[in-house]
Amino acid sequence: MGDIQDFWGTPVGWTLITLGEVLLVVVGVLISLAFLLLADRKIWAGVQMRKGPNTVGAFGLLQSFADFIKFLMKEIVIPAGADRTVFLLAPLVSFVLAFIGWAVIPFAPGWVVSNINVGILYLLAMSSLGVYGIIMGGWASNSKYPFLGSLRSAAQMVSYEVSIGFIIVTVILLTGSMNLQTIVEHQSGGFWNWNVLGGGLEKNWPMAFVMVPMMVMFFISALAETNRPPFDLPEAESELVAGYQVEYSSTPYLLFMIGEYSNIVLMCAMISILFFGGWQAPFPTPFLAGWAPILASLFGLVWFAIKIVFWFFMFAMIKAIVPRYRYDQLMRLGWKIFLPTSLVAVAVVAGWRIFTSV
Amino acid sequence: MDLQAIAFYTLAAIMLAAAGLVVTARNPVHSVLFLILAFFSGAGLFVLLGAEFLAMLLIVVYVGAVAVLFLFVVMMLDVDFVSLRSGFAQYMPVGLVVSGLLLVEMVMVSGAVASSGAAAKVKAAAVTGRSNIEEIGRVLYTDYVYFFQAAGLVLLVAMIGAIVLTLRHKPGVRRQNIADQTARTRKSGLSIVKVATGEGISE
Amino acid sequence: MGLDSALTIAQPELLLAAAALGLLVVGAYSGRLAMTLVSWGAMLALGAAAVLAANGPLGQAFKGAFVSDGASVFAKVIIYAASGVAIFLGERWLVRAGNAKFEYPVLVLLAALGMGMMVSAGDLISLYIGIELQSLALYVLCAFQRDDARASEAGLKYFVLGALSSGLLLYGASLIYGFAGSTRFADIAGAVHGPASMGIVFGLVFLICGLAFKVSAAPFHMWTPDVYEGAPTPVTALLSAAPKVAAMVLFARVLAQAFPHDVPQWSQVVTAIALISVTVGALGGLVQKNLKRLLAYSSIANIGYALLGLASGSEAGLQAMLMFMVLYVIDVTGFFACLLALSRGGKPMETLPSLAGLVRLRPGLAIAITILSLSVLGLPPLSGFWAKFYVFKAAVSTPGMEPAAVYGLVMSVAAAFYYLRIIKTMWFDAPEGETDAPPLDARLVALGCAAFSFPLVIPALAVLDPLALAAAKAFGLA
Repeated sequence: MGDIQDFWGTPVGWTLITLGEVLLVVVGVLISLAFLLLADRKIWAGVQMRKGPNTVGAFGLLQSFADFIKFLMKEIVIPAGADRTVFLLAPLVSFVLAFIGWAVIPFAPGWVVSNINVGILYLLAMSSLGVYGIIMGGWASNSKYPFLGSLRSAAQMVSYEVSIGFIIVTVILLTGSMNLQTIVEHQSGGFWNWNVLGGGLEKNWPMAFVMVPMMVMFFISALAETNRPPFDLPEAESELVAGYQVEYSSTPYLLFMIGEYSNIVLMCAMISILFFGGWQAPFPTPFLAGWAPILASLFGLVWFAIKIVFWFFMFAMIKAIVPRYRYDQLMRLGWKIFLPTSLVAVAVVAGWRIFTSV
Repeated sequence: MDLQAIAFYTLAAIMLAAAGLVVTARNPVHSVLFLILAFFSGAGLFVLLGAEFLAMLLIVVYVGAVAVLFLFVVMMLDVDFVSLRSGFAQYMPVGLVVSGLLLVEMVMVSGAVASSGAAAKVKAAAVTGRSNIEEIGRVLYTDYVYFFQAAGLVLLVAMIGAIVLTLRHKPGVRRQNIADQTARTRKSGLSIVKVATGEGISE
Repeated sequence: MGLDSALTIAQPELLLAAAALGLLVVGAYSGRLAMTLVSWGAMLALGAAAVLAANGPLGQAFKGAFVSDGASVFAKVIIYAASGVAIFLGERWLVRAGNAKFEYPVLVLLAALGMGMMVSAGDLISLYIGIELQSLALYVLCAFQRDDARASEAGLKYFVLGALSSGLLLYGASLIYGFAGSTRFADIAGAVHGPASMGIVFGLVFLICGLAFKVSAAPFHMWTPDVYEGAPTPVTALLSAAPKVAAMVLFARVLAQAFPHDVPQWSQVVTAIALISVTVGALGGLVQKNLKRLLAYSSIANIGYALLGLASGSEAGLQAMLMFMVLYVIDVTGFFACLLALSRGGKPMETLPSLAGLVRLRPGLAIAITILSLSVLGLPPLSGFWAKFYVFKAAVSTPGMEPAAVYGLVMSVAAAFYYLRIIKTMWFDAPEGETDAPPLDARLVALGCAAFSFPLVIPALAVLDPLALAAAKAFGLA
């Protein structure tokens, strides 16, 4: 036993542990994605009074896996005149960037691959990099529609990143930390302490009037940032066929798709962590002190999963029921409404923190 | 050799190689992509130094925003970059002399700094027990508040300049006015006219 | 030192910054009145800032990054006044040119703020930020007539070369920081005892090159004629006056306060630059037909004389430099005001032949140009003579500088030729045709400046001399 302990302390052991953790997270996320994808299609179908996928496995539960195999078996087509390296690099970049964000997400008390001090900034950075996969793919395809789609997407993502950044600043101001674990712990003790209600009922309740709109804006910006309907202009099926993905097929397409969904779920996780207490239960949990740590962690994980699934449900519903924005309306919303509003909110929250902390 | 050293040499090597490729790549889009790689390695070096906040800022600001717009512009430019480069060989000797000179000076400065000067002070400042976000915030809004605000004004001038030099109000362009649209009522938008048979509507 | 006292010391700049931000909003929401409102608001703010600077407390703020002393106050009053005149001249001019955008006064205001920061810089970082704020605003102002190809070219040229010089400057600054371990002038002076090390000298040379570009001293002058010619004339009037004062004072401050122990080293470099400038300015001007280009060469030569004062490295030299800059700024502003006042058939008269016989068409302006030309030429007892008198007196009294002084004197005689040619064209050539009625604003400034050059300069000297001396003392050189 002692030898093993020593081994985990060496660089090699440390590397192995980290690799194991990473693998666990990636595989976990991938498997959840398979079912969330199915859920997305089922919800969409439900709204349109269709049945949705229902033949592969019971209730179509294995549909995603069947699709997965189908994508892998197909031939990879690379258009003539495409920039081969960049063309193949783009989906990889997209896929990898979508997953490295998960490194700092706290799934449960103590369950996080890398608990860094600037976790929230790291998430922002990684989500802002997502645009590269799209812009590279669109350009390397050497085709008009993909290029137009990627240009739209670049402008869109850069625009909404700004307001996302400011909204995150309000949360940072309320909690006083950029560490995601600390942000979650700050919201303990029941749903009235969640950041969406100001983070601390007795003292900060007036901030709920700021934070609820911020939460809504974050959600809408997240839709735009992940190119989901009603802001799916980069891939606007009716105008650009499928935007930057037109020329992709088989595994590269699959990578794009998984990356996109991973980003969506990551955004759901971010909303849960920033505004809805992450793995905290919505009621005080003094009884957890008596539980085994592993059980307490699982308890947290369940709540975190419930919150993510709820927000994913919202994403899916919005896709089903909200009509698409026009491009100029999208830009107007981002720059003329969200940006000033979130700036004012930052000023208000900062003022509140200064005048109530004395 | 420990992990840190391995990481440092890997990142530094990637950064230098990428920087070299930025200049030598034939395709300008590839140049920008290599530039991004160089930024990325730079961020990695910051992390190794323990300055994770700066690393993240480098990625958010330079990689996430500046380089995207850069890529945007380069992709849309219809410039024959190959012909632009034709003068490259001609100016090569001068360029080499200048960069050689700069290299010598950099070596001199690093030598001097390593033996005395700034390095000692930097080390002393790093041991305060606060996270470096806190530390940066502390000096940025106290000792350096003047520079901070003044730099903000510089950016403001850049913004005014961009608007003055490029914004044109074209006459005759119809713009959408959302407030007007939503303020429209049945009364203002709709009128029912009885049309007599065979007469039509004037206007 | 607390923040409150720091803010009191930086009052004039705070006022300008607040005014610029406020006027931007006023301009955006006041429709057709915008240009007039913002222009007068900006002039008012500049006036108030000058008054505040003159009466405000002296001292250091922000840990030595911002210095308010005799020199900075002296320079700020001139800079804010010159910027105000530029707004006054530019407002009507832009309205006439059909390009009345309220950003013009706001940009001039921000440029003035940058200049104020430059003259108050006590740290390499504030030096750089001040220069950058000033230059960025000026780049935009140069290209303000964006539909005019020459203006766009001027803006672009200025921008690209300006960026290059900023690079040089930053490189020098980083070398100095690397070797001295601080960016603050006082600390650099403390770290550099006795003969400076190789690295410091290298950094200093780069820094001087960057600053020489900003004052358009040769051999870093290539941008000057093109930019002067292409930029809108009111902007050229500003360009040749206030930023030069700011950059010269900054030049003096960084050399005198960060490198007080290395006077012999930097004095050599500055003397070389000064002599080259004087030569280039005198010889380059001889072949120019365009008056704005001619004035550009004239300004290169004149900066050379000012640098000669700085190169003396003594209190008397710095006083001479300050006196020179004040008197020169008034002359050159008057000159450009004359150019603004003159037009024929709606087109500005910018070439030398177009001035032919002006004395019969517009006697007032012709006399003003004559006085100003004679003054810049250095004829006693006009203001330009006194300016050069101070410089040469300081140079001659510095050991080792006598040959440089003599050379400068010879070159000033050579340069006299092109000023005399202007006078000859106006007085003795046959006129080409009627000129348009000169606008009141430009005429007012032109005549005012000419009246200052002679005879008002004589009583003014009695006031300026002790002020400049007090300002020169603030640099702390013996």
